[in-house]
Amino acid sequence: MSTETIKFKDVSVGGKLPEVAIELTPALIIGGAIASRDFNPVHHDKAHAQSQGLQDVIMNILTTNGLVGRYVTDWAGPDSIVKNIAIKLGAPNMPGDTMKMKGTIKSKNDSDGTVEVDVVGANAWGHHVTGTVKVALPTGE
Amino acid sequence: MSKLSKEELEKKLATFVGLEIGPPQQPLEPVNESMIFHWCEALGDSNPIYTEPVAAKKSVHKGIVAPPAMLQVWSMRGLDMYRRTGGATDKQGELHALLTENGYSGVVATNSEQGYTRYLRPGDRISGRTVIESISEEKATALGIGYFINTRTTFRDQDGEDVGWMTFRVLKFKAEQKAQAAPSDGGGAPSKPQRMRPVLGHDNKWWWNRVNEGELPIQRCKQCGTLRHPTRPMCWKCQSLEWDYVVASGKGIVYSFVVIHHPPFPGFEYPLIVAVIELEEGTRIVSNLVGIDPKDVKIGMPVKVSIENVDETLKLPLFRLAKG
Repeated sequence: MSTETIKFKDVSVGGKLPEVAIELTPALIIGGAIASRDFNPVHHDKAHAQSQGLQDVIMNILTTNGLVGRYVTDWAGPDSIVKNIAIKLGAPNMPGDTMKMKGTIKSKNDSDGTVEVDVVGANAWGHHVTGTVKVALPTGE
Repeated sequence: MSKLSKEELEKKLATFVGLEIGPPQQPLEPVNESMIFHWCEALGDSNPIYTEPVAAKKSVHKGIVAPPAMLQVWSMRGLDMYRRTGGATDKQGELHALLTENGYSGVVATNSEQGYTRYLRPGDRISGRTVIESISEEKATALGIGYFINTRTTFRDQDGEDVGWMTFRVLKFKAEQKAQAAPSDGGGAPSKPQRMRPVLGHDNKWWWNRVNEGELPIQRCKQCGTLRHPTRPMCWKCQSLEWDYVVASGKGIVYSFVVIHHPPFPGFEYPLIVAVIELEEGTRIVSNLVGIDPKDVKIGMPVKVSIENVDETLKLPLFRLAKG
C-alpha cells in the first residue's frame, strides 16, 4: 500500500484508482470469514456449501466489505479516514477465481474534505461487488 | 406446521416491522490488537495504522485503530449461534424461521452499508442494537421469489456513545429447482463460466457441424441460387424448400459494430467487439472481432474468418483483421 497519503486537492472527479487483482484463495475466503467471526458453514465447509447448491465455499459479506475498504485505503494512504462503505453483492467469490478491483472518483465535497469512490470488484462470473466508499483526505498543502 | 396463505404470511411478516430483534448484542471481546492482526493478515491489509504502533502513533489516528470495516465483528456471536439447537433466539431468528417454514428457505446477504462516526481503538467495548426496519413485498429475483428484509444496527461504545451504524439487507427466497445437477465431485476448482451454447435444431445443426469441421458455410437455394444466412428452411426469394450450401472464402468487411462494456456476461472477455460482417459472397453474419483494439475498428475494414475454440468444447467463426 501507499505510505504517503493522497491530498484532497490532488484528487479530481473521474480520476481512476490503480486496478488490483486479488487471488481468491481458500485461505482468504475461509480466513476472512473466521477473522470476522462469521462461522456460517457456507463460508468454510465445502461439503456444506455444495449441499446448498453452491460449487464451493463463498466469501462472506464482511470480508468483501473489508477488501473494498482496503482497496480504497491502500490507494489513499494511512492518514485517510473512511467514513462510509456501501456495497451490493452479485456473483459469489469462490476459491480459484480472481477478483479484479477498479475504482473511480465519483465526487468531492469541499466542505468536509471527503471524496466518494465508486468501486467494482469483478470475478469470472461478473460483478461480485459494486459499491461506494466515502473517505476523508488531508486538506491543505 | 402447515403453510400459511400469502395474505396470512404477509400479515404476520408485518408484525415484525419496527421491532428490535432482542436486547442489545453485547461484546464477547473488547476491540483488541490480536483480532485486528488476524483480520489484516487474512485480508492482506498492510495499512500500518492497524498493526504498527510507531507508524500508527505518527498518523492522524495517533495510535492503533481497528479497520472500520470490522465494526460489526466486535458484537458478532460467532460459533456459539451455530452450536445452539432448538429454535429461534431472537426476533430476527423468528422471522427467518417463519419464512423458512413457508418455503422461503434460502438466505443471502445482498446489501450492506456502514457509517463510521469514529475509528475504534483497543479496549473499546462495542454493543449493537438491531431493528427490523422494513420487509419488502414478494419479489421475483434471479435466485427465486422472496422477501427482502432490511435491518438497521446502531453500534455504541462502553460510554453509550454512537460509534457507527449499519443497514443490512438479506433476501429470504424459495430456491428454484435447477435443471442442471448440483456439482458432484468433492475436489477440484469450481468450473469456469462458459458462453451460452447455440440451440441446435433441424434447421441449423448442419451449419454448426460444418463450423466444427473448420468451414464457414452459407446456405444456398437449390432452385434460384440465392444465398441466405442465418439458416432457415425456405428461400426468401422463391419459396423453395430445396437447399445446399457453399463454403465461404471467409473474406469480408466490417458492416457495423458495437463495443460492449456493460453489463458483463460470464464467459466473455471485455471490452467485447460485436460486429456485423458482410462476407464477399454478400450475406452478413454477426460475430466477434478479436485480436484488435476496439478503438482501431473502422466500418469497411477488411476482415477474415478465423474458426477458433472459445472454450474446451465450443468452436465459433470469429473474425480478425485481414492482412495485406
